Parts: sequence; structure tokens; C-alpha cells
Amino acid sequence: MQGRGQPESTTPAGSLFSSATGSNLSEWVDRHSRQLFIFPAVFLILVFSIFPLVASLLITFTRIRPRAGGYQIRWVGFKNFKKLFTGSEQYHLLGTFEGIGIFGWVVIVVTAVAMIYWLYRYSQQDFRLVGFAGRLITASATFGIAVLFGATLFSGNNFGTIPMTLIYVLLGCSVQFLIGLGLAYLCSLPIAGRAFFRVVFFVPLMITPVGIAYQWRMLADMRLGPVTPLWHWAGLGEFAWGSNALAARLMVMVADGWMWIPFMFVVMLAALETVSRDQVEAAEVDGAGKWFIFRDITWPQIAPVAGTVVLIRWIEGFKLVDIPNVMTNGGPGIATETLTMHSWTRWRSLDFAGSSAVAYTLLVVAVIICVSFFNFVIRKHAHRL
Amino acid sequence: MKLLFKKLLGIFVPFMLLASGPVHAGKFDGITIRVLSRPGPVISGAVDMRGKKFTELTGAKVIVLELPFSELFNKVLTDWSQGTNSIDAAVTSSAWVPELVDMGLVADLSDFVANDPGLKLDDITEYFREFNQKVNGKTYTLTLDGDFHMFYYRTDVLNRFSQEPPTTWDEWFEVAKAIHGKDYNGDGEPDYASCAFKKRATQSYFTVWSVASAFIQTKGTSQGVFFDTKTGKPSLPNPGFAEGLRVYKEMGKYGPADELNMDIADIRALYLAGRCAMVIEWGDTSPLALESDTVRNLWGASQMLGSTRVWNRDTNRLEQCNPTLCPHAINGVNHAPFGAFGGWSAYINKNADPKVIQAAYEFFSYMNAPEQSNIDVTQGWTGFNPYRTSQFEDIDNWLEAGFTRASAAAYLNGMKQSLSNPNFVSDLRIPGAAQYTSVILDTELARYLAGEINEEQTMANIAEAWEEVTEDFGREKQMKLYRATLGLKAHY
Repeated sequence: MQGRGQPESTTPAGSLFSSATGSNLSEWVDRHSRQLFIFPAVFLILVFSIFPLVASLLITFTRIRPRAGGYQIRWVGFKNFKKLFTGSEQYHLLGTFEGIGIFGWVVIVVTAVAMIYWLYRYSQQDFRLVGFAGRLITASATFGIAVLFGATLFSGNNFGTIPMTLIYVLLGCSVQFLIGLGLAYLCSLPIAGRAFFRVVFFVPLMITPVGIAYQWRMLADMRLGPVTPLWHWAGLGEFAWGSNALAARLMVMVADGWMWIPFMFVVMLAALETVSRDQVEAAEVDGAGKWFIFRDITWPQIAPVAGTVVLIRWIEGFKLVDIPNVMTNGGPGIATETLTMHSWTRWRSLDFAGSSAVAYTLLVVAVIICVSFFNFVIRKHAHRL
Repeated sequence: MKLLFKKLLGIFVPFMLLASGPVHAGKFDGITIRVLSRPGPVISGAVDMRGKKFTELTGAKVIVLELPFSELFNKVLTDWSQGTNSIDAAVTSSAWVPELVDMGLVADLSDFVANDPGLKLDDITEYFREFNQKVNGKTYTLTLDGDFHMFYYRTDVLNRFSQEPPTTWDEWFEVAKAIHGKDYNGDGEPDYASCAFKKRATQSYFTVWSVASAFIQTKGTSQGVFFDTKTGKPSLPNPGFAEGLRVYKEMGKYGPADELNMDIADIRALYLAGRCAMVIEWGDTSPLALESDTVRNLWGASQMLGSTRVWNRDTNRLEQCNPTLCPHAINGVNHAPFGAFGGWSAYINKNADPKVIQAAYEFFSYMNAPEQSNIDVTQGWTGFNPYRTSQFEDIDNWLEAGFTRASAAAYLNGMKQSLSNPNFVSDLRIPGAAQYTSVILDTELARYLAGEINEEQTMANIAEAWEEVTEDFGREKQMKLYRATLGLKAHY
């Protein structure tokens, strides 16, 4: 067997050099084949993903404005973030803080105690510095969110685009998951017409979000929409969802849900189809009820898929912009505005730096929440199985 | 050398243009003019229609590119500033032009205009000729549309309920109380005394100035409503704007329940269906009504409503009008019609090919000339409103379009009243105008209308955010331009 890098020389003297060079190159390529194959992908990622990411991060520390033949850039440090978190845009990003109510304090204190207990419990078990640091970040973020909600939503104050986005993501996607799972469960049962329902439930996913937003705007029109007679019959003729913050938020969530429940449905149906029939039938023979079968046999088998599908939806949910933009333009006031929409409206007025600052805030919030969910829910659950 | 050549070209091209005489077939064969505007048929449809005619006359091909309203300014700015130059000319708000001029992106049309007898420049009313078309004394745009807000009322509804057209906001509320909830169009449904577009990120921020201006500006156009012309600080907070906000919000009690989620298209659909008695609108209302069997020739019009109580800037209080405080008052009522938006105006990319600049100028001059524009402004679908004296004087075109003599007179008198008012309010036309108004003011106004904040908070928030924009652009530069748009000397 010939050793690597030691080719056997059998070529004529005249072609020795070129042959050896060719052979060396071939070996070099051989040795670096993995890197060479990966290089195009890495290059593309660097050019189209990493570079914009770094460039937009740098922009957040500047004031940048187009001028003839280029851009005028001025370094302003953390001024854009200061404006967002403590300055004139604080109400827009976080909300207004006009005193914390009792309910708000309860939320803050309960969360603080829960997070301290969680960290304490971890430190008493298999303590590792990296693990503790990760948990500390998650606990701090959770406490921060609790303070944000405690000081705004639970104290009767107006809240900004971060809390609103979190509501769309955490609450909206949870409801979508429950409904999607319920529908998938029903369609996995041997009921009449289930093939028809499988197709019908899937259709909304194929419609563009802007189309869905216009469709719901028309459906929910209280003067000319199809439900107007019903609306008037119920004595709600003078109530307009578009003028009421709570109702407007609800309508956006309904439209978003209508679009994304099919996604939950399809994935969860596929997961349910893979559940072992033998185990289910054995449990039925043993006299187990449907709820117990679902909790103890079905759920443990579909949980990893459920966790993943929720994670995907959360990541997608953080980018919600088209539906509130079409249905309400973010109104009434800024009641239905999301972080992505906040960033977009800044960009639209050529405030590129302000827009980037909002986008980076969104990135940090989304990464902490999604990574925490992955590490402490999905992965933990996978280890248990 | 190259610069000198460009300058010489800039001087000689207009003269060459004049020497070449009036437009004739084949003159611009092979030349394409790419014009950016809003989605049609409104405005861009009319540009396209006239473009086809211009092609027949001169051979120049006119391509109209359309983008949503909110994207127009960004597109022009980035396309021209970054050297893409895929657009040769634009028909957009004249309010955006000073920022583009400041960056050196817009062709100076002064020489073209000065040597273009066919344009009949003196026929263009003073506000549009001297304020709308000019920046720092030079002409950069050609007006195609005269935009400012007026007060419209249904003559039949007011007559039926024995109401006189209001002239002040106090009177407006009395009329609104008397007629709100009655059936105006015979469909058995209760209708609305007031219809106003208040949806966020649409054009609500124009209307609030139309309401508030009567309380704020009393001493003529040069006084201004946006900034203190001496200090460069925002005029807000002030009791006049606070009163304007209160009135604007209170109007909602006499409008549709979902007014906060209605844009101008929703409101127009409502009033063309005969469901509104009073609106604040641009000059489109009466021409558009010709297309409606329900309200054709039923709209009366006047200049924007006024007030007998105004902001005294010396005492910083709302006070009763007197000859000193309100020198332009009519019967003790201060009116301050607001030049909302300024009108769709044409301007040309300075870096376009000189031949294209020449062709584009001739095209816009052709559109602006009385022979064309006096017809276009009478057609509701074009979106163009009157801005020439001859358009106000010559009633025949309006009768031909379908107006009755009475409704044409009411409409044109309202316009003349507004434009001849020495207290006419100029819209904000300085760099960052989009940020001052369509972002900051619009957001705070939406929050105020939604009940999130009160008048004082609204004004304080706007003032704080405006200061940030002013500091960002540079206060001296901003105020120099602001004062210029009010006809004041640049330095104070």
C-alpha cells in the first residue's frame, strides 16, 4: 500500500515535473476536498448573509442618508438604540410606563422568583459554567419580558412593538398550534370525508399573506361585509373593530391564524400518521380512555415534531408584517404594529440607521427566545425520550 | 472642462430648444422619457394619455412607471442619488422637491420656463407659480395639479334640514348635530354628517393641519404653521394646534364608527354613495361627483372653515380675533386654507441625457399648457385639480364636463377664495418633510385619535421627534429653506 503524499514515480524523465505537479495538485485537492466542496456555499453565505448582517450592524451606530453619488455617514455611537429604549421612540418599541399596577407587580415578582428558583435548581444539579450562562441569559430575558408586560399590559398602559410582537408570536402561535393539532387529530381518525377535509384545511397556506389580509379586511368590513347583517342583528352596528385596539389585534391574529393553522395541521397530521398503531390498539384493549392514550402514547411520540413546528412558526411569526399592514396599517394608534413593521416604516422614511436598530433588536429578541425554547424545551424533551 | 461643458450645455439647451420652435412630428424621434408616478388611473393614467398624444406630435416615447405612493420618494431619491438614473422624470408631490434640489438632483427649469411663451406662466396662480414650482427662487417643477384642501358640503342635505353652510368650526358642530344620523340617500340607513380619512399611514396628517391652521396662522403665509421662523424650533406645542386636534377628534362623533380604519378611497366611496354631508378634501370631490348618479352636482364648496378664536403668539393663548390679531379675517373669522400636499408636479432628473431633459420639459410644458390642462382638470378620473386663472374663469369647460352652472360656480368660487386668501398656509417643503409629517406626525396623530395620548402629550412627542430630525439635517440649513418656502429672507 502506498503512503499518502509519496507517489510512486514511473513516468519518463521528460514529463517528470509536470506529472509530479499534477499529482501534487491532485493530492492537495484530495486532501482539501471537503473545504473545496464547502467553499462555494460558505462564499455565498458570506456575501449574501454575513456581509449584510455585519453592514447593517455597523449602520445602527451611524446616521446614514443618501446624497448625490453615495451616502453621507456620520458615526453616532449608541444614539439610535438610546432613542429606541430611553428616548423619543421608547413608547413605540417598549410602551409607556406610567406606574406599575398590583397585577403587574404580581407578574414581575412571580417571574423573578420562578427564574431564581430555576437557576438555583440547576446550580444544585450538574453545574457547568456554559450551561449556567445560557440559563442566566434565558432567565434575564424572561424577567425582562415579565417586567415589560407587567409595566404595560398588566398595568393598563399602552405597549409597543416588542410586547405586541411577542403576543402575536407566543399567544398567536400557541393557539394556532392547538387548533392545528386538534384538526390533525380529527383527520387522523377514521371519519367520513377526512380526505376532503385534509385538502380544505390545507388551502389557506397556499394563498399569499397580502391576499389573506385583503380577504379578511373585506370579510370583516362592518358596513359592507358578509357578516354585516349579523353584526347589526347583534346590536353591534356602531362597533368597529378597526377603531378598537383589542379587537384590531384579535382580527390580525385571526387572519394570521387562518393562514398558518394549515401549516400546523399538515405537519402534525404527518406526525400523527407515524404513531405506532400497535401501541394504541394495545392500550385500547387494556381499556385506556382516549385522553390517556393521547397523553401517554401519542403525545410523547409527536412531541419532538410539535416542538419543531412551533419553533419554525415562532421564527416566522417574528417577521409578521403584511397582514397588519394591509388590515390596519398598524393602527389604531400603534396597537397592531409589529417589530418588523416598525423597522419597515423607519426604512420607508429613509431612516436606514433607525430601521437597522429596530431590526437588530428584533434579531436579539428572536434569537434569545428561539434558542432558549430549543435548548430548554425541545432538546430537553428529546433527551428524555 | 467637463463641468464647463455641462454648464454651457445647460445655458444653451433652452435656447436651442426655443430656436427649434414649437413641437412637431419627428422632433424627438428615438427619444424615450421614463416618468415615475403613482398607480393609475389617477395621475399616471392622465400622464400616459397625454404621453401618447405627445408621441404622435413629436415622436418621443413616454413610458409611465408606477409605484405605490409610499415608495415614490424613496425610489426617486435612491435612483437619482446613487446614479442608477433609470427614471428620467417624476410626477410626485412638489413638497419633496426641495430635498432633491438640495442634493443637486433636479434639473433647473428656470431658463426653459422663461423662454416658453406657450406655457402662459402668468396664467398659473401665484401660489403655484411662486411657491409650488420654485425652490430658492428658481423653477424646478411644473405644476400639473393644484392641490389644497377645501370644505365641501351637500347642498341638498343642508337645505332639507334648513341649515346654512358653516363658516367656522363652531358652526360646523351645530350643523353636524342637526343632520347626523339622518338618511341622505334614501336607502333607509342613517348617514354621516362628517366623513374623514383617519387611517394611520394614509393622508390623515394633511387634514389635521387643514383643521388646525385656522387657529394657528393669522398674519399671512409668511407666518407659517410648522416652525418658529425666528428660533427654528417647532411651533408645537401651542394652544392653536391643541384646539385643532380636539376639533379633529371630536368630528369623529359625527362620522362612521370605523373612521379610524378608513383611507381616502373608503371615504370617497362613501360620499359618492351619498352617505356623507360634509367632507374636507382636495379639489377632486366635485369632479368625481359627476360620476355618481346619487350626488352629481350636489356638492357645495368653500375655503376651509375658520375660527373666531386664534393663537396669540405673544400671550401663548387662544384669544378672540381682533383687527390686530387677525388682519385677514373675514367678518371676524380667521380662515387659513392649507396647501395640503402642494399638488402633483413634474420635475426632471438633472443627470438625464440633455436631449431627454429637453423632451421631458416640452412634454410637461405641453401637459401644463392651458389647451390641455384646462380640459384635464375638469375630468375627475385624472386626479388633476385647477391651478390656472383661466381654469377658474372659463366656465365652459366645466359645463361641458357635466357641471351645472351653479355647482361649477360654487366649486370654482371656493377655489378662488382659497387661493386668493393672503393667509394661505404653505405645506412643509424642506428636507426630511416625509419624516416630519408622514412618519412622526402621522404616528402621534394616530395614537391621539386612538385615545392612547392626550393633546399635550401628542404635541410634546411631535416637538421632541421633530427636533431630532432638525438637528440631524442641520438647523441652520433647514430654517434657511423653511423661511424661503414662506417667502422670507433666508437669514434671520
